[in-house]
Amino acid sequence: MTEVEVALRDLTPQVLGVLVRRGADFAAAEDAVQEAMVEAVAAWPDLPGGMPREPKGWLVTVAWRKFIDAHRSEVARRRREERELDEPAPGPTEQADDTLLLYFLCCHPALTPASAVALTLRAVGGLTTKQIAQAYLVPESTMAQRISRAKRTVDGARLNEPGDLRSVLTVLYLVFNEGYGGSVDLAAEAIRLTRQLARVSDEPEVAGLLALMLLHHARRPARRDATGALVPLAEQDRSLWDTALIAEGVDVLQVALARDRLGEYQAQAAIAALHADARTAEETDWPQVLEWYDELTALTDSPVVALNRAVAVGEADGPLMGLKALADVPGDVPRRDAVAAYLHERAGDLAKARGLYAAAARAATNAAERDHLTRQAARLSRAGA
Amino acid sequence: MAKYLLLKHYRSSHAQTGKGQLPPMETWTPQEVDDHIAFMDHVADTLRERGEFVSGQALRPEGTFVRFDGEGRPPVTDGPFAETKDLIAGWMIIDVDSQERAYEAAAFLSAAPGPGGEPIQEWIEVRPFLEREAPSVTD
Repeated sequence: MTEVEVALRDLTPQVLGVLVRRGADFAAAEDAVQEAMVEAVAAWPDLPGGMPREPKGWLVTVAWRKFIDAHRSEVARRRREERELDEPAPGPTEQADDTLLLYFLCCHPALTPASAVALTLRAVGGLTTKQIAQAYLVPESTMAQRISRAKRTVDGARLNEPGDLRSVLTVLYLVFNEGYGGSVDLAAEAIRLTRQLARVSDEPEVAGLLALMLLHHARRPARRDATGALVPLAEQDRSLWDTALIAEGVDVLQVALARDRLGEYQAQAAIAALHADARTAEETDWPQVLEWYDELTALTDSPVVALNRAVAVGEADGPLMGLKALADVPGDVPRRDAVAAYLHERAGDLAKARGLYAAAARAATNAAERDHLTRQAARLSRAGA
Repeated sequence: MAKYLLLKHYRSSHAQTGKGQLPPMETWTPQEVDDHIAFMDHVADTLRERGEFVSGQALRPEGTFVRFDGEGRPPVTDGPFAETKDLIAGWMIIDVDSQERAYEAAAFLSAAPGPGGEPIQEWIEVRPFLEREAPSVTD
């Protein structure tokens, strides 16, 4: 991407936020911003320095004119809007509010998760509908419908109520967890959007989520072997981890933790940081990982946390204690059989472990994990279990 | 968000609901056939409009099983089969927010009208897709 394209992508949500706050409906505002972007790409290279002195002011003015042009027939309304056009440029606080407003709108709790994800990638991320459709493997027309329905839903939502930051973080987390989506690197896009959010919100959980993403993203080069098979954390080649991302993630996390307002994302990031800190799997500070799982358990009653905690107990206090912790985890929690298999194997009950790996493979919801678990069962079969 | 395959078999629940065996489609009136097809299109359009439609296709009823029979040998074939109840008539792939929503869409598809305009209440097999990727956050 060129410098101008990067700048335009970062400015998209800010400009859109200004238009929406001024009262433009979402769909019309987005059209206007898109037209202004097209005009910028054409006009900016001829300017001295390849960019206007105030790129955002330029875009807001042009986008607002486009919006008004589109509503030319409504004369009275246009007069009102033109008066607003002469208003001074918004100050820095307002800029932050405009960007935040857009996140709140696109991740509004009235939207289903899939709609919020699509709208956020479109309106905040500036991805094309085609790119989003390719990333989620649906036809472009279907994605276009999903986005326009979402716009209609949030157009009806009131803007003066406080935004729901928790929904925003959930949506960004969902995008990150999708990983590579065809032609679009959704994990990288989620990091970009979370970074952008962290610039305008000093809520420690925003930083916590950013740190969590950075620390997990750092491990991505080691998560698959040359054949594409999943490599579990303990067996990863740690020299492949991205040390720059780890350093950044740890820095972001430390600043957040110093605020002393712990939340789930910060606690999860702290666990990821402890893994990142261990040069070998054996060096992992499991007692401290377990302490963080206890913190996390106090923050959430999620059975997934209880399941991961059982793994940590198994490493810190031995597989039998791990199995004891696992007994409290409900039977229908995804991956429970896989964890039970691992703990039974470590406790020496290979036959039981093999059966559980096989059961876990059958219940896996993605192909990468299914194949990995099938290999585990096959490995124990060959060992005579 | 998850993808589901909705499989339409040549099998209705008429027998179970006491309405007797569903007469074959070629014995329906032209209007009944038109209404049935229009309903199927309506289901696809509704799913498209909701941003949930991925693809859909109807299949011809004849089918043959084919398998590899060793290098340099022609493929072995078996069929066609007289028993149609296990044959697949068509499919639809949807991308929805929940399993509950997938079931709702399948029930909608199953409400397609048959003779007399009555819903034929076909069984629709709902199969979740295996996702491509493991989630990025695992610990």
